[in-house]
Formats: sequence, C-alpha cells, structure tokens
Amino acid sequence: LSFSLQAKMSRPVQARRLEGIDKNIWVEFVKLAATYSTVNLGQGFPDFPPPDFLKEAFVRALSGENHMLHQYTRGFGHPPLVKILAEFFGKLLGRDLDSVTNVMVTVGAYQALFCCFQAFVDEGDEVIIIEPFFDCYEPMVKMAGGTPVFVPLRPKAPKDGKLMSSADWQLDPAELASKFSERTKAIVLNSPNNPLGKVFSRGELELIADLCVKHDVVCISDEVYEWLVYDGKEHIRIASLRGMWDRTVIIGSAGKTFSATGWKVGWVVGPNRLLQHLRTVHQNSVYHCATAAQDAVAQGFQRELELYGKPDSYFIQLPKELQQKRDWLIQSLDAVGMKPIVPEGTYFLVADISKFKSDVPDVPDSDEPYDSRFAKWMVKNKGLAAIPLSAFYSGAHKNNYNHFIRFCFAKEEATLKAANDILQKWKQEKTSP
Amino acid sequence: VEFTKVAADPSIVNLGQGLPDISPPSYVKEGLAKAAAVDRLNQYTRGFGHPSLVKALSQVYERVCGRKIDPLTDVLVTVGAYGSLFSTIQALIEEGDEVIIIEPFYDCYEPMVRMAGAKPVFIPLRCKNNGNSASSADWILDPAELANKFNSKTKAIILNTPHNPIGKVFTREELQVIADLCIKHDTLCISDEVYEWLVYKGNKHIKIATLPGMWERTITIGSAGKTYSVTGWKLGWSIGPQNLIKHLQVVHQNTLYTCATPLQEALAQALWVDYKRMDDPDCYFYSLSRELESKRDRMAQLLQEAGLKPVVPDGGYFMIVDVSALS
Repeated sequence: LSFSLQAKMSRPVQARRLEGIDKNIWVEFVKLAATYSTVNLGQGFPDFPPPDFLKEAFVRALSGENHMLHQYTRGFGHPPLVKILAEFFGKLLGRDLDSVTNVMVTVGAYQALFCCFQAFVDEGDEVIIIEPFFDCYEPMVKMAGGTPVFVPLRPKAPKDGKLMSSADWQLDPAELASKFSERTKAIVLNSPNNPLGKVFSRGELELIADLCVKHDVVCISDEVYEWLVYDGKEHIRIASLRGMWDRTVIIGSAGKTFSATGWKVGWVVGPNRLLQHLRTVHQNSVYHCATAAQDAVAQGFQRELELYGKPDSYFIQLPKELQQKRDWLIQSLDAVGMKPIVPEGTYFLVADISKFKSDVPDVPDSDEPYDSRFAKWMVKNKGLAAIPLSAFYSGAHKNNYNHFIRFCFAKEEATLKAANDILQKWKQEKTSP
Repeated sequence: VEFTKVAADPSIVNLGQGLPDISPPSYVKEGLAKAAAVDRLNQYTRGFGHPSLVKALSQVYERVCGRKIDPLTDVLVTVGAYGSLFSTIQALIEEGDEVIIIEPFYDCYEPMVRMAGAKPVFIPLRCKNNGNSASSADWILDPAELANKFNSKTKAIILNTPHNPIGKVFTREELQVIADLCIKHDTLCISDEVYEWLVYKGNKHIKIATLPGMWERTITIGSAGKTYSVTGWKLGWSIGPQNLIKHLQVVHQNTLYTCATPLQEALAQALWVDYKRMDDPDCYFYSLSRELESKRDRMAQLLQEAGLKPVVPDGGYFMIVDVSALS
C-alpha cells in the first residue's frame, strides 16, 4: 500500500464535524420507555389526537380531486401555508409580512434550528445558550463549528409554603452580560422554555434584547410552545421589541401548535436579510417539505385566523385543557412528596425527587448524573417514564441540578390517572413497614 | 427555483421539473388516509426510521441485493433522497476531501459537496459518434480519464444510475471499472439509485453495492417519490453497512431528527403490497416502468417528427434532446 493510501485508511471514515455530537439522550430514553413503561410521561408528544378539523383537512388534501398534492410543492413552503403564516404572524407582530421573503417552511422546528445554526454560525463564533435547554442546541452549534457559551437560569427560593414556579428560575443580568463578547454571533432564546416551562417576562426579554442590540447579535427565538401559556400569562415575542425584528428568527411548530408532532411541519419568520441565508441552507439540504401536511396545516391556520380570540379557537381551548392537566399532575406529585416546579407554559413540568432518593442509592464516582440513573430505575421498576433534567444541561453542568426529572403532561386523563396510581402505590410502599 | 417560477405560468406545458402529473396508485393514496386516521401515527416515531418502514425496506432490498440487511443499523429514512444525499455527504465528507462527480449531474451534488468543505472533481460522460447519439448508452466514461481523477484525497465518487438527466443505465462492466478504482483507492461510493425501477426493455439495473468489495464502501440511496410517483411525500432512504450508516444517523439526529410518521407508515404498507408480488409482473415496481416506456417512445417519436434529435433513455423519466435544428 502506498504511504498516502495507508494514511487515508488510518483516518476515521466520518467527518470531523461529527465529533462530540454522536450521543443522543432520546435514542436511549425512547428505547427504555418503549421497553419498560406502562405510563410514558417522557418524550414530549401528546397521547391525544390532533383536533378533528386538522385531521379532516389532511384527509381532504389526500383524497381530493387534486392528486398533485402528492407531488412536490414550492421548496421554500407550500403557497397556501406561507401565505396564511405571513398573514397570521403579521397580525401578531403588527407588521406587513411577505409570504415569499419573510416566511419559510421547514421539516419541523428542529430543521428550522438546524438551518439557523448552519446559516449564521462559523468556526470561531460563539452562541449563547440558556440552561436548561432543549438538548439539540448544543450539538447543532458544534456541528456548525461554533462554540456554545452557557448561562444558567438560577432558582430562587419560593415564598414560604408556596410551590416553586418556573418564574423563580431567572437569569442574573450581570452574569448574562458577561457572556457576550465580540465573538458572540447568536443567542438562542426558548420561551416558553422546555424543560422548565418558564415564560420569559417583558423585563427579562428587554434585558436580552438590549444586549443583542448592543453586541449586534442574532436572536434565534424558539417559540414552538407559544400557545401553551397558563394562568393568564402572555407570550411576548422578542421580535416585537425595539431593535429586534431585524435580528431575530422566530421558529414555530405545527406539531406543538396542532398536537401533530408526527407531521414534522415547522417554519421560520423573520427579515429577508436573515431568511435568505436560511433558504440557502434549506435548498442544499432538504429543499422540499412534504406537500399534503403543509396543505392541511394551512387549512388549520385559516380556521384559527377566523376564530382568533374566540372561545372556539384551538389556541384558546388547548391551553385551557392543558392547564387542567398541569394542575392535576402538580397535585399528584405534591401529594406523594415529589416537589413540582409549577410551569407557566409548555406541556412540561419539572419535579424535585429528593424525597425519593432512598430508592436509588448514590454511586460515588459514577459518570452518570444521579437523576439519569434515577429516571432509568423508575421506568424499569415503576413503569413510569420521565426524562432527567441533566439531559438539558451541558456536559460540564450535568451535576448542578441532579435531583430533578421532567414530566410531559400532554396526556389523556386516563394516562395521568395511571401515573397517579403508580405514584400513590410507590409512596405507600415507602411509608409502610 | 428559477425555472419552477417560469413554468408556473399556466400557458406553458411543464415538462421541466421531475415530477409526475399522473396520479399515484390508489392503494398508495388510500394507505396515507388510513395511516392518518390512527391517532398515534400523528405523533413522533423512531428517529432513524419508522419501525414498519425500515422492516419493509430491509425485506425488499434483501431480496434485490441477495444479502441480509438489518433494518435498525443498515437503513436510515430521510426527507427524500435529497435528504439522504445531504446526510451522507455531511457524515462522510469534509475539508481536504475530493469527491468525483460524473457530468452531467443532478445539480445538488456540487453545492452539497462544497457545503461540506470538499472539492468536487468532475469527469464527463462523453458521447460516442461525435455527438450523434440516439441512445443514452452512447454516453460513456473514458476509463483512463476516470482513473486519472482518483488520488489519495478522493473520499468518494457519486454514481447516479439510472442517470438524471441522460437516462443512462450503467452496465455491469461500467460499474466494475468504477468499483475497481474505488477498491484500489479506498474510496467510498455514494450511489443515487432513485430511478432504480425505471429501466426499459433490454436493460437491467445493477446495484454497485452488490459487486465484490463494494457493500462495505457504498451508500445506496432510494426514493419513495420516484418509486411510487409521490414526490410530495419527501421520503427517501440510505442503505449500507452499519459502520457507515451510523454516521449518517448522527447527522440525521442533529438535523431534523425524525421524518413524518403517517407518510412512513403509508409507505411501509405500499412496500408490503409490492414486496409480496415481486414475482408478479403486476408489481408496481415493474408496471410503472412499462407505463413509462410507452410514454418514452411516444415522446421520442413526437420529437423526431418535429425534426429534433432525442437521446432515447434506457432508464429514468427524463429525455434529453438535441435542439440544434431550432437555431
């Protein structure tokens, strides 16, 4: 063998951009849930169906005279969908949006995130990520050659006797400011926040916005849970703050909006100067998204535009239903001694499992964070699936808050009741001699 | 992007972009409606591919390739074959690499290779008979010229058979020439076989991955859109050895994570229908090809009658035409 061929064969076959991003918590935990769980409150998806009007729209799209809905549509987004998204979000933002230049459809919000990091982040760039975070942000930044810079939400003690709220987890303004440097290209904002359920207040958003403007930073705003806000809270779009429209990409999800995560339809809304680069990435990676689902989502939005603000609107009914489920789960957890952090939004809830630590002894010098071992033990022994909070922290910080687990409460009443039964039985086993 | 805008004018007959205007078979359409009616099929499925789909794909291709294919480790479902090309190139190609691309080529190969930081190296299919070609088989690679393009930096060659745009179906001998070079230079082969079922009388689609020494270095890409006339479903797949597919899976879990569930279930059901009748001429894999062959022949005739010179394709659903007579 020639020297150069030998050298080639001794190198890894895979590209270096895959370094450090091959592990994925979901692959493991989804398998565990599938194998062991009787009640799955782990991965974030509803176990109830999408609303009837959406399912009917999909069937109409498929069986209609127009079989061309089985063929390619416009690459950057099916015209009926981008048109209605431009109209809908234009109203929400108080702006005239162009469906061709200010909107693009993606394969789920996940692919929208990918397009953002690929479009804006280069080697040497820093991207600020607020912990805890939806786990894909970190590997996506790395894959683009960037450096993630983490800043934590820090919990403040709740008022006496009250349950902790996601609002009690806050950024330290000075700490946040210290993370911005001349290398900072972007910050990822996720509000409402997965996993905590935090809904950033206007004041908190202004803090972030001021820094973005000061340091000329792009804001990647993951707003997939925008409709899931409780207790009369308001979801505020950072793009509507002064100086922010021109530097923000807003990401949305049909999966979360319409309880149809398996459709994988997402979108980005933003200024053309940013979206043009997302289009470049999109046309060189996926190019088209599936047509029929886009058509159905367009019809869904058409209905919601007509019913906006009215009691029949799905965007009003869904959070109402989910708030009840949230409160149910809070009650269940509190009753057995798992301390829930009351989420202001999303369909996730994080609970402190310290009182149950005796079931899963600590293993000193273990590589694995405690909450991960706890969650695995729980699904295997109690049949209840949840996700460890450490999954949402960077490697260096996985042990900072290692006694919390995340539950998804977008589940049928029967599922939540079954979860309650498991928890009650577990508590009884702990207290009985 | 540009041509599609022009062709959208209703006064223009669109034979441009590659999509059928004939309906997919009804069992395929019905399969999707049925899948969408099942509640849990509207939620996330397995990231690397819906279980029933990867199982169906492994069965079909085990039969075609004559080797065991593990549905969990040897298959990745992607957003169209386009997504498979992207995942493969992002997984295995990087700065410092060279990738051989045969011209003419499906246009996305070049920007995808460049986006991965690598250098595309082009080699042309040359037309025998000084440009007077009546068949796609007249377009061939010069073996010496091809060998010259390989060096120690050559990470991969992209093969597309049946070929878009010419419609060439590479013969076993032609594939062997490519395979020999891949083995000699330890080069990967990215084999875009989206038109694999569209081969016309007298031709056979051969998978380069089935040649000796090639399975371990080849990613074979397929497309539901082209197989079932459902380009708007945007489902494709990559099939190959675990030690390569695992890297594509890493890219996939960091780009879009999972593909649409109801579409994958519907595709699985359609594949089962046709898998069961792979010995039957009515199998859609063969019947579509027969249907398109008569359209091919009709188009060739129309063009000849108009005084133009079509290059009759041995496969695919594209036909290139010499329009010099119009100048």
